[in-house]
Amino acid sequence: MNAFKIIKNGLLDENPTFIQVVGMCPVLAVTTSAVNGVGMGLSTTMVLTCSNIVISLLRSFVPDTVRIPIFVVVISTFVTIVQFLLQAYVPALNDALGIFIPLIVVNCIILARAESFASKNNAVASALDGIGMGLGFTIALIILGAVREFLGTGGIFGAEFMPAAFPRSIIMILPPGAFITLGCLMAGLNALRSRAEKGGK
Amino acid sequence: MQTLLIFISAVLVNNFVLNRFLGICPFLGVSKKVETAIGMGMAVTFVMALASAVTYVVNNFILIPLNLDYLYNIAFILIIAALVQFVEMFIKKSSPALYQALGIYLPLITTNCAVLGVTVLNRSNGYNFIVSVVHGVGAALGFTLAIVLFASIRERYERNHIPKAFQGFPIALVTAGLMSIAFLGFTGMIKL
Repeated sequence: MNAFKIIKNGLLDENPTFIQVVGMCPVLAVTTSAVNGVGMGLSTTMVLTCSNIVISLLRSFVPDTVRIPIFVVVISTFVTIVQFLLQAYVPALNDALGIFIPLIVVNCIILARAESFASKNNAVASALDGIGMGLGFTIALIILGAVREFLGTGGIFGAEFMPAAFPRSIIMILPPGAFITLGCLMAGLNALRSRAEKGGK
Repeated sequence: MQTLLIFISAVLVNNFVLNRFLGICPFLGVSKKVETAIGMGMAVTFVMALASAVTYVVNNFILIPLNLDYLYNIAFILIIAALVQFVEMFIKKSSPALYQALGIYLPLITTNCAVLGVTVLNRSNGYNFIVSVVHGVGAALGFTLAIVLFASIRERYERNHIPKAFQGFPIALVTAGLMSIAFLGFTGMIKL
């Protein structure tokens, strides 16, 4: 598998959020604005890439029976590092993401990639897989965050540009908005895909 | 009184699934049938109460005296993983019937972010031992309430005609959104 293919796999073919539907908690929780989506997505990408590299390098030393605890320790080490970096350099983002930074440890995407990709492939391929999956996750978060922010506040990335007459539905930035927006986005993607399949035939 | 309020708030107002978005994976994954949802809820309640108690003790009597507080995340996830493993072995030996009922859900609980979430929240809110356990049980009951209600709604709509694009996850997410709106009604019931 070449490099381009691995990245594309994470971004589109096996997009963690829209196709595999794993790691949903942060997707729903932090996407009240597009900026939060970027922060969460990049933090997860960094943890995913680093832990994929280390797990791939360790793969021949780790006994099969204790692999899950070892993976979890590697992942939580990188999560702690990311948490310190955020606290030091972007404290505002750290406060906005709150509890979901330590919870990157239990994000199913990371353990799933460790188990299904990094423990079977070399370090370079694993790093690329981490970047691809991470960016796929980030893009999903940005789309969801942007839609919710636009409908809820009339702007994107903190800049309000819609006129005052534009109805701002506060519900979209409250928890129910997350579920409903993601459900509608996924339904839209399904519709597009089935139309594309029909067109292909 | 404060403890009771924390309990009610964890069950209804700040419901873990519908308001805080913790434990979404099992919520969407194990909610096709009411019985399995109840089984999952019971297993989570058991592990969450234990995890709240054990992480409180480890955090206050091991990590803080040794100034290793910053390692809490690594310590907590290891405690939860070990705890789940012990609970599984214990139930298997002591009560095969209960193991039959809960067995398949136990390994899934390690990666249930509601469990790690409740321990991290206990720590960051500075709850004492009793309040930590009460908060853990309350959060788990809130999770159980949400997942059982959701499973019974899903059992009903599975037989209905759903537009093709909405089948599967999309309709489940929209349903969860409507439930979440209903739970918003509890906001303001309690001020902590």
